[in-house]
Amino acid sequence: MTEPVTVLDPTAEATPRQRSLNPRPAGLEGLTVGLLDISKPRGAVFLDRLEERLTTQGAMVRRYAKPTFTKPAPVDLRHEIATQCDAVIEALAD
Amino acid sequence: MYDRGWSDGLPLVPPTRERVLRMLEGTSRAGDEIVALMPPNLVECTVEKVAVNSVMAGCRPEYLPVVLAALEAVCTDEFNMHGILATTMGVGPVLVVNGPIATEIGMNSGVNVLGHGNRANATIGRAVQLVVRNVGGGAPGGVDRATHGSMSKLGFCFAEDEEGSPWTTLAEDRGFDRSVDVVTAFCGEGPRILVDQQSRSAESLVRMLAEGLLASVSPRTVMGMDGLLVLSPEHMARFSDAGWDRPRFMEELGKLLMVETDGILAGAGGIEEGLPSGLAGLTLPKFRPGGLLVVHAGGPAGLFSAIIGGWVNGPMGSEPTSREIIR
Repeated sequence: MTEPVTVLDPTAEATPRQRSLNPRPAGLEGLTVGLLDISKPRGAVFLDRLEERLTTQGAMVRRYAKPTFTKPAPVDLRHEIATQCDAVIEALAD
Repeated sequence: MYDRGWSDGLPLVPPTRERVLRMLEGTSRAGDEIVALMPPNLVECTVEKVAVNSVMAGCRPEYLPVVLAALEAVCTDEFNMHGILATTMGVGPVLVVNGPIATEIGMNSGVNVLGHGNRANATIGRAVQLVVRNVGGGAPGGVDRATHGSMSKLGFCFAEDEEGSPWTTLAEDRGFDRSVDVVTAFCGEGPRILVDQQSRSAESLVRMLAEGLLASVSPRTVMGMDGLLVLSPEHMARFSDAGWDRPRFMEELGKLLMVETDGILAGAGGIEEGLPSGLAGLTLPKFRPGGLLVVHAGGPAGLFSAIIGGWVNGPMGSEPTSREIIR
């Protein structure tokens, strides 16, 4: 038998905070839906179509865009979306 | 350790208390000092956590200051480690070390410089990536979404051959004194070898290098992606024999890296990828001003240089970032 080896923890030792998703809305009538463009080419093509379909189902659509697709959305933008919208759809592109 | 998700796939050195304490002797900084906010989870990363991961990577204590400075460089908004980790493109931090520390800790700037066989080169870059993985929480399949990845994501670090170069060093070119220890982080893919075994003049070789560089990342990118050119000693000799210094080389190369946009518009040559039609009729540089970094490294024999393609550059992506190494 070899002696057990104690090693130090290389991780952040952080416990992730678990957050549950909001319940899925029963319908879109009267809701505000945010469409977030990550700023890659042709993302708007997809989002334009989504906006058309959401609007016909009674949703009000607000459009947002990340300053660049290479970085996370700035905290102010995330806050803006969270306070102004009932739901959000983020679009990848290319 | 592998089952706990701590490894990049290779075996790790167990980070025992004794080994970590010995590693911490490599720096004058306190173990509880915060080095950086580590992406992607933006966790405060201490010197001690860096030391633990450096032990696992196989570093010697004297490498630790380089690992710490490299982490400071990559964990900046301008370098954008989060985006580099998350992108589907196979890029990672390419670390170039300048200054006396490179020789003192036994880094390789010569034979097989971009390959294996040197402990410092192999483990410094690996330690940086292990910190991002273990402290930052960035692992393949999680936030790391690379389509193919590349060896630069495992760890890519080398030293410039300063002694053998007639030119100013990369760090000097970036504003540092030659006596200062510096690490420069460049967001790049793996190296691509460019063969030119026949050019005997500077004028010929610079044209060949330009042809190779025009295809860096894609022949249809201009100004949006940076590049790193690693000139071998035998290629460097063509330029030093002709009396070209770094500014002359950059000037001559720059003239050859101008691209007529009509040839790379979307649809040109039957290829849908390309520049938008609004950019027709222009002549643009392949690299933005300052977007091509040049270093001298490699074995004494071999008429090759290496091109390391970059990623989205500048404020929209990643900026090459240099930091002084504090011992």
